[in-house]
Amino acid sequence: MTDSERTLTQSGYRREKLRRRSRYLLVFVLLFCTAVLLTVLNINTGSSPIPAGRILKILFTGQGDPAEYNVIWKLRLPRVFMAALLGGALSVSGFLLQTFFGNPIAGPYVLGISSGAKMTVALTMVLLLRHYSSVSALTLVGAAFAGAMLSTGFILLISGKVRHIATLLVAGIMIGYICSAVTDFVVTFAEDQDIVNLHGWSQGSFGGASGSDLRIAAVICGITLAAVFLLSKPIGAYQQGEAYARSVGVNIPVFRAALILLSGVLSACVTAFAGPISFVGMAVPHVIKRCLGTARPIIAIPGIFLGGAVFCMLCDLIARTAFSPLQLNISTVTSFFGAPIVIFMLLKGKR
Amino acid sequence: MQDVFLRTDHLSVGYKGKPLIEDICLSVKQGEILTLIGPNGAGKSTILKSIARELALIGGRVLLQDKDMGAMTLKEVSRRMSVMLTDRTRPEFMTCRDVVAAGRYPYTGALGILSEKDEKAVDEALCMVHGEKIAFQDFNSVSDGQRQRVLLARALCQEPEIIVLDEPTSFLDIRHKLELLEILRRLSREQGITVVLSLHEIDLAQKISDRVVCICGERIDSWGTPEEIFTEERIRTLYGIREGAYDPSFGSLELPPPAGDPRIFVISGCGTGIPVFRSLQRQGIPFAAGILYTNDVDYALARLTAAEVVAQEPFEEISEEALKKAFLLVDQCEQVIVTDFPIRGINERIRDLIGYARKKTLSFSNVLMYNT
Repeated sequence: MTDSERTLTQSGYRREKLRRRSRYLLVFVLLFCTAVLLTVLNINTGSSPIPAGRILKILFTGQGDPAEYNVIWKLRLPRVFMAALLGGALSVSGFLLQTFFGNPIAGPYVLGISSGAKMTVALTMVLLLRHYSSVSALTLVGAAFAGAMLSTGFILLISGKVRHIATLLVAGIMIGYICSAVTDFVVTFAEDQDIVNLHGWSQGSFGGASGSDLRIAAVICGITLAAVFLLSKPIGAYQQGEAYARSVGVNIPVFRAALILLSGVLSACVTAFAGPISFVGMAVPHVIKRCLGTARPIIAIPGIFLGGAVFCMLCDLIARTAFSPLQLNISTVTSFFGAPIVIFMLLKGKR
Repeated sequence: MQDVFLRTDHLSVGYKGKPLIEDICLSVKQGEILTLIGPNGAGKSTILKSIARELALIGGRVLLQDKDMGAMTLKEVSRRMSVMLTDRTRPEFMTCRDVVAAGRYPYTGALGILSEKDEKAVDEALCMVHGEKIAFQDFNSVSDGQRQRVLLARALCQEPEIIVLDEPTSFLDIRHKLELLEILRRLSREQGITVVLSLHEIDLAQKISDRVVCICGERIDSWGTPEEIFTEERIRTLYGIREGAYDPSFGSLELPPPAGDPRIFVISGCGTGIPVFRSLQRQGIPFAAGILYTNDVDYALARLTAAEVVAQEPFEEISEEALKKAFLLVDQCEQVIVTDFPIRGINERIRDLIGYARKKTLSFSNVLMYNT
């Protein structure tokens, strides 16, 4: 390589690097600003609107109308943070599954993992509420994790037999139906007071999150997401194929197990606190990767988390306010926006 | 003498614990190119995948400079050996340069961020495969040839001492095949990188390899230098060629000669007969050729495609015997074709043959440029 050639590629590379960095910066700034805006909007709107000035006063000084104080600190703030946290977690969980299966059309909902978690949570609730007055959030997360792993186990068994992603997705949808059938069965025969709890939850909603729920969810998701971020490097190698990743020194069995476990914890946590939420895990990673113009995990993972957060805050805002005082299920809104994106991906994938 | 770089010690390879090929003992010296050839499904890929640790070994060992690879850490192996297997993953949203940069994996820190030195290595690897122009194009949008070169650059930027490639030339057109193999040859000669690869194209294998291994199901058929391996008989049996022929001097393949007694006699020399032979063979007309010196290129082709050849040892006058044999064949043929080639000195008696043919046959054509 001559010197002039070297300078040429070097300068080309510098220009490209600059172009990329500005693009990443733009996307992150936009996402962040939207997140802030949506937080304010979410606190501001509702059955009793509170003007922004009073919100700021209550948030920063803790003084103001006690009723409004309660609405903000006990209802709206936990709810918006829950939506952001769980939306982000769900999206990252989808990204991990997509990496695992090497296909952009995979996600915790469509593969039946969310439904598996829903089933075990429902069973746990019904069984435990007979003997105890309440069930702890951690128990529910544990149950959801067991259910998520159960569904994932089935999917992995099937994926060992069939390589084709379409077959795998159909299998996932079938597992989802089986789990939903079991859940419905349990709900039908559950005692009355349980149903009230179960019914709202099994439809999916960010409402009903308490401050302590939020704290538990934040700790679980925080640790898991940090672990995911630390896996950026092997994920990047794995994106270029399993055989290749092995050849550069990735310990494949350990890595694959880590992917499944981390994605399972994330979707379990989401399902335990908000019920099954459709399409977020599938659609958000794709949109964000496209906006960033990269799938490099070290950039994509934070981007996808932020994107999922924004998407779910927006969907929750719509769910709460569109037909107020009626509240929509969160999945109603996420499907409405998410499904067309997935269809678009399917069409694009055919090229 | 260089040292043995990679050696397999009674290696058994296969899938799911079932051995497919056993007792493989190969070795390759540093900076040499070792090529695996053999029919489809013979196990070339299985051996390469086992060496590259994609498949678990069933028995035996692979030694890298006399050190058992099984005892090395993943990282140590990945810094010394890079691979380019037939795994056709299409990563999304990645430029060619991004794909190449993935090869720095064994050298980067915990989060895989590239240092200035890494970036330079990536650029150099891209330059080596002439991939500067496509560096910032989407990896999925470039042609097969470019993609293979990018994957080779990815393997190079791992700074390997040995590189393992499974059929790197499949799906490439001839230009890209040649370019890719030329890059490999340069790597081995200039940088002393040891290359182990499998090839379908035996003609190219003959030209690039320092060592050749023939694999034919269950066992290693034979191995040695290209001169030892690329003989007509060995290639014929290795691939079980029943129809057609293999010419070891240029590595070319020929379809079998048209069946039946010769109908046309071709008088040619100095390569002028080749287009005539090819044309007759395509039309399925059995033909005879003569009188050809055995060192004439016409002879090399006529030997494989003509029904009969009248041959003459080189640097001698044409013998009475050869001439008689040629007269006999002219009598049998319906037509005689004479190409334009010099007749003087020792091959003067060709004129007698031409004269005889003019008198005896019904159809006589004097061909200057045969191109029908």
